[in-house]
Amino acid sequence: MSLMQIFDIAGSAVSAQSQRLNAVASNIANADTAAAPGTQAYRAKQVVFQALPMAGAAAQGVRVIQIANDNAEAPLRHDPHHPFANKDGYVSFSNVNVVEEMVNMIAASRSYQNNIETMNTAKTLMLKTLQLGT
Amino acid sequence: MEQAIKFVFVPHTGYRTGADNSMPWHTNGHASMIDSIEQSLRFQGNALQLRAQRQQVLSANIANADTPGYKAMDIDFTSALRDAMSSSPIVQRVTAPGHLRAQFAASAGGFERDAIQPAQDGNTVDMDAERARFAENAVRYEATLRFLNGKIRTLLSAIQGQ
Repeated sequence: MSLMQIFDIAGSAVSAQSQRLNAVASNIANADTAAAPGTQAYRAKQVVFQALPMAGAAAQGVRVIQIANDNAEAPLRHDPHHPFANKDGYVSFSNVNVVEEMVNMIAASRSYQNNIETMNTAKTLMLKTLQLGT
Repeated sequence: MEQAIKFVFVPHTGYRTGADNSMPWHTNGHASMIDSIEQSLRFQGNALQLRAQRQQVLSANIANADTPGYKAMDIDFTSALRDAMSSSPIVQRVTAPGHLRAQFAASAGGFERDAIQPAQDGNTVDMDAERARFAENAVRYEATLRFLNGKIRTLLSAIQGQ
């Protein structure tokens, strides 16, 4: 039944978007994380989406195929009083771009809402179909 | 005699399981009346199923709004319905569990939509247009549902003779 598949498709998207929101939360939480000398600073996590063919359907859902580390360079800040400062007085911070993450968050939450609405519409249509002939 | 379960595809009802002669309207003496009832419901039934399938394709577009390289799909309702009506009940045998089932979208009317504002990553889903189509298709689904309901009520009142 085609309408039933909408729950699988939109459900896969909702789950993918919530993983994206999760990555955003992790990135924003670690935006100011400094790295101890000799360790690597926190790297922003980015989810990678891929279309997912559904069983017995022409339409495709979504899945997260990879949670990649952001390749942006970790910034060095001059702060000689910081406990993690190296001998030149520089501290290595995470490469999270907070503005980008906020944009990402808004986009993810809009997509999430869109898919929930899709499911709601499918549910309404199915309930009305159930009442057929009564 | 072979009594394996067979899947028979009937456009407006989907799949049925059972031996070939398990469909009474094809074999027994009351075939004509059931046939005419079936005929009267067939058009709206096919339309309803196609609407549901288009709804599914549109929901996949919304689901893949952020997938790099995804191309927005759609179903040409008119040609798909014409196809469904012209081919009198397609009988598709599925003899092995791995066989694919025939789909309206695969057979007729399924196409990749032209991109108006493609994204940098190759995605061609336009969320506003997609939501508009989704809402429109939902309304049309409900309309078809009402037509079908009207047909069923007409038949019911004919049976009851009131």
